[in-house]
Amino acid sequence: MIKRFFHKPLAVISLVWVVTLLVLSIAAPLIAPYGPDQQDIMHALEGPSAAHPLGTGVLGLDVLSRLLYGGRVTFLSTAISLVAYLSVGTPFGLLAGYRGGLTDKVILRVSDIAYAIPGTVIVLVVLAVRPGDEDAAMIACGLVSAPSLARVVRSATISVREELFIRTAVVSGLSDVHILRKHVLPTVMGTVIVHAALFATAAIGLETGLGFLGVGTRQVTWGQLVAEASKNLGNQPWLLLPSGFIIVTFILAFGLIGDGLRDATAEGYSVRQLPVGRSTVKDGSAAVAATADADFAVAEPLLVVDGLSVAFDIAGRPTTVVAGVSFSLRPGEIVGVVGESGSGKSVTIAAMLGLLKGTGRVTSGTMRYGDRDYELSDVKSLAALRGGRVALIGQDPMSALDPVFTVRYQLAEVIRTHTDLKGAAVDARIIELLQAVRLPDPELVARSYPYQLSGGMAQRVSIAAALAGEPEVILADEPTTALDVTVQAEILDVLRALGKTVVLVTHDWGVLVDLAERAVVLYAGQVVEQGSIADIVGDPKHPYTMALLRSNPYFAAPGRPLPAISGAVLPPQDWPAGCHFADRCPLAHPECATAPVPLVVTTGRAGVTRCLFPEDVSGMEGVSA
Amino acid sequence: MLKVMGRWLATAIPIVLVASVLTFILTSFVPGDPARTILGINAPEAQVEALREQLGLDLPLPLQYWNWLTGVLHGDLGRSIVTWGKVSTELGSRLSVTLSLMSIGLVVVATFGVSLGLLSAIKGGVFGKVVDVLSLVGLAVPGFWLGLVLVAAFAVAIPIFPATGYIRFSDSPSGWAMSLALPIITLALTGTAGLAKQTRTSVMDELGKDYVRMLRARGLSERRVFLHVIRNAGAPIITVIGLLFIGLVSGAVLLETVFVLPGLGSLTVSAIKSHDIPLILGVTLVLSIVVVTVNLVVEICYALLNPRVRA
Repeated sequence: MIKRFFHKPLAVISLVWVVTLLVLSIAAPLIAPYGPDQQDIMHALEGPSAAHPLGTGVLGLDVLSRLLYGGRVTFLSTAISLVAYLSVGTPFGLLAGYRGGLTDKVILRVSDIAYAIPGTVIVLVVLAVRPGDEDAAMIACGLVSAPSLARVVRSATISVREELFIRTAVVSGLSDVHILRKHVLPTVMGTVIVHAALFATAAIGLETGLGFLGVGTRQVTWGQLVAEASKNLGNQPWLLLPSGFIIVTFILAFGLIGDGLRDATAEGYSVRQLPVGRSTVKDGSAAVAATADADFAVAEPLLVVDGLSVAFDIAGRPTTVVAGVSFSLRPGEIVGVVGESGSGKSVTIAAMLGLLKGTGRVTSGTMRYGDRDYELSDVKSLAALRGGRVALIGQDPMSALDPVFTVRYQLAEVIRTHTDLKGAAVDARIIELLQAVRLPDPELVARSYPYQLSGGMAQRVSIAAALAGEPEVILADEPTTALDVTVQAEILDVLRALGKTVVLVTHDWGVLVDLAERAVVLYAGQVVEQGSIADIVGDPKHPYTMALLRSNPYFAAPGRPLPAISGAVLPPQDWPAGCHFADRCPLAHPECATAPVPLVVTTGRAGVTRCLFPEDVSGMEGVSA
Repeated sequence: MLKVMGRWLATAIPIVLVASVLTFILTSFVPGDPARTILGINAPEAQVEALREQLGLDLPLPLQYWNWLTGVLHGDLGRSIVTWGKVSTELGSRLSVTLSLMSIGLVVVATFGVSLGLLSAIKGGVFGKVVDVLSLVGLAVPGFWLGLVLVAAFAVAIPIFPATGYIRFSDSPSGWAMSLALPIITLALTGTAGLAKQTRTSVMDELGKDYVRMLRARGLSERRVFLHVIRNAGAPIITVIGLLFIGLVSGAVLLETVFVLPGLGSLTVSAIKSHDIPLILGVTLVLSIVVVTVNLVVEICYALLNPRVRA
């Protein structure tokens, strides 16, 4: 964190400025040209001159010297209030977050009370009790702000508390104090430091404010200089500038240091995403090199995706994650898209509607739908298809619905967008849709908010919303992954009964065999095999398909260990020029790795495979367990 | 909605009570004898003693608090030991100045802050830069200093606005507007950016959520999608507006001093300087009631926006 901080020029300059001011203030008695109270009556209220570089105030007091002396007060006050703020806020926050229960409740209540009294007023009351005692006032300032730090530390602690290393420490019988000091505190430290810097800006503001109000210390302060300026606005407005400059830059410096620390902390957890470039994709691998894929299309397709490639910025570099995916859909059929996580299934689906997340963008590929051609990179024209012609069902039903609107509202919106229905007809249609997805009490569901629904109900509503625009094609992206097994089957029944053209993304062969007529197998951004479900499951022609099938519990032989595919899918930036599966493939030959492998038509059936040795697959051994 | 109100009352009343107990204890340490202050240094000790008894200052602290509290419940906040005027009357006339300043300030800040935040979230670019620069100003420039700079520039050097002072609305509406102009500009310059930043962050957060993508997938227009986003982004924005208002009330102490406005803030400063305990108690009571009321308004807005809170 420290190292990253020093890579931020603004933060470093700020730190240098604060340190410089600190040194100058400490050295004030040595370097200040005049004493803080040394008068020069002949030159009162003058602008800058050789004798007084920053001019003079009333009685000819030297502004520069007084700023230097004033810094001593500001530094000391800031330090005092920071100590009070940190030494109260941090431990109570740790305690509340770590202990929970009653301790937590009491600490929260106390902080509620502290919130209800404006802090400035408390500080002023303290100054009434101890007139001119700025140290006491700054301690009060730290104390009244401490509850807000405690809250922040509390939430940070709560999130660390559940981490494995803390739980292990608890189980191994270490004392709470030890765990808090050695394990929890270091992890919440970043948050504490950032808030301390922000608090410092407020404390400096308050300290100068007290000086301005004339209720703080009797010593010279920056705030007093502002007050002096305010009384002489008419005859010497210059006086506002030196004190203002130093206060503003000092607070700004703390603010920028805080920003720098916050960014440095944040970067520790995540790689910073660079802005999306419109540049062409240049990645080291030849993974995107065009392959002479066999032309494989079904007769009279409704929709054809051709040569879809998608790139994301990974660690700041454009990287291809889907490389030349093509497939087609016949009207009314259910096609499965299957593959491991990271194979590009969801990205493919999203690209068809122009709904790629984050930095994702289509780098090539077209889609033919009906009698029109779409550039898949042209998000605007794809947007016209959404809802009314092609609809999407997502993975997580709970996050697919807007939490603050009723089901009725959200369905009505889609119906009104895509149909001419009005008034009561919309309501009737809503009920009809909810019945179509087999919700038992459509009236009640229509009135409900998403949080009142179970996961299965929410997914049915989400399917109803997809149907509301009367689309021909439904793209279902793992629609049952987030649901209980029993609910899964019901949702799949609903999908089957729709009689629509469906692209079903899944990694569950059981679901595919149940529902789909054909399957497209994806591996590392490429189609590796395509064909009818019966062919693919009965006699796979790609080693990855074979491995995937064998590792599926649905086909497992009883009493034998379930095989798994050794290794993991390579991350997109490491995709090789040759076969993407070669490094995990028991059949791999040296030539597999040399050049891109094209899709070839599978002999004797309507299908394709991206393998140089498709005939060896049936005898494949050693998909290691 | 009644539930929200009930929940609020159940926490707000104890909070105000405890806050008043704490201030009462704190002010009991304020040096000086109020009875002596009222009567002057030359008054005979016996007379001072009699007044002390009359004011109940000879009673133990809990009893003094009890007397004060029962008085408060009857609308009697005691009398200022400096002017001998009723604290309630004094507060009443001051509160309207502070509240009108703060409410107008809040409306201005909220309007600019939220629209700037929305613009920078959707359009980015120039608006984003404006927000970034303004937020540095809001962070680093103390309002009292900025106020003075504005006075020096637009009241002294180029006399457009009155430098200081307050003109009642009933006396002259235009004079009233002019007397509040500079303070409100000060509030706007220092407060807008924080709100704009929060607005931008909340809107960007919402835009990244799954339901927004699904709304788009259903073919809804960007305008409709945006309505969903705003409604969902509303809660954190309203929290910040609430905090902003509370911050403005705290900041009134300085701002009213700069512009010599007869509000609660300047009253607080003079009460502190003259050790006028009944007045200090009155001010803190009113301010803590303002704070919990603002929190109630925030809660109600939450409930209006979010069905879960309503339930």
